[in-house]
Amino acid sequence: MEPLVTFADLFPNGIWRYAAGGALIGLGTAAIYLGTAIPAGASTFFESTLSYVSDVPRFNRAKYVASRDWRVAFTLSIVAGAAIYAFAFGDFGWTTSVSWPRLFVGGVLVGVGTRIGKGCTSGHGICGVGSVAPTSLVNVATFLGVAIVTAQLMQAAGVSP
Amino acid sequence: MPLIVVGGLVFGFGLGLSHMARPEVVLDFLQFEDFGLLFVLGVGSVVAGTAFAVGVHVLDRAPLTGRPYARRLKSFDRNVLTGGVIFGVGWGISGICPGAAYASVGVGNYPILLAIAGMFLGAYAQGLWRARTDDAAAATPTSD
Repeated sequence: MEPLVTFADLFPNGIWRYAAGGALIGLGTAAIYLGTAIPAGASTFFESTLSYVSDVPRFNRAKYVASRDWRVAFTLSIVAGAAIYAFAFGDFGWTTSVSWPRLFVGGVLVGVGTRIGKGCTSGHGICGVGSVAPTSLVNVATFLGVAIVTAQLMQAAGVSP
Repeated sequence: MPLIVVGGLVFGFGLGLSHMARPEVVLDFLQFEDFGLLFVLGVGSVVAGTAFAVGVHVLDRAPLTGRPYARRLKSFDRNVLTGGVIFGVGWGISGICPGAAYASVGVGNYPILLAIAGMFLGAYAQGLWRARTDDAAAATPTSD
């Protein structure tokens, strides 16, 4: 009897690169945490970097100003780490075909949403879920569910890519 | 700082290898065409979670900062849901989140800079709006 859904249907690109990539994401987070006790998320970078150029008190809170230098270093290292991957695997120069209005509008909403919601995919998703923090689990379930509905609606509306 | 750099390099390499830096792969996941991203989030949070558990239960203070180890806990309020919904719509539209966007720059995906500009704009607008509403709340006499 044929199974209804096969493994290959669910994972057309296999799983090793996803699992290995996830392990490295976790490992990078773990190394920083074990050395510094800082749960490193990616999205606080926005406020902490805005504190260089904005006088708005909200961006100049002590926790943002104190962390802004290492957050810039962290972000540039992420860029560099991905570049090393890209050159090692001959992937450099790949560009997305997702249209620019989607990138921009999506980016604005992501910027607003992570700041209101106290974290992003790495802050809540990796560090928060890794901490088994109820707030993070709720946030991740919310954004995953909403993102799935949004993406499916866009697909149904024929927006591609 | 060197540890932050090494951690960032590994983190970014992982984002590249996992293809999270490609919005198309994220959208394929959200559209149920490739469930591989479950392994990224799953394995990533288990590995990080192991470090968090070891830090909290076995170790005392971080060698480099002297900070005590603690779980990443944030207070729960309605903003967590509101923010999650807005973030979810943005992620579903674009297939991009902050860390993956930085990594995407690293693979040479320059159109992503527009998404990052959008994120900064969104974070800036949210900060301004929040500052204004906080001021308004502070200016209102609450008790006497």
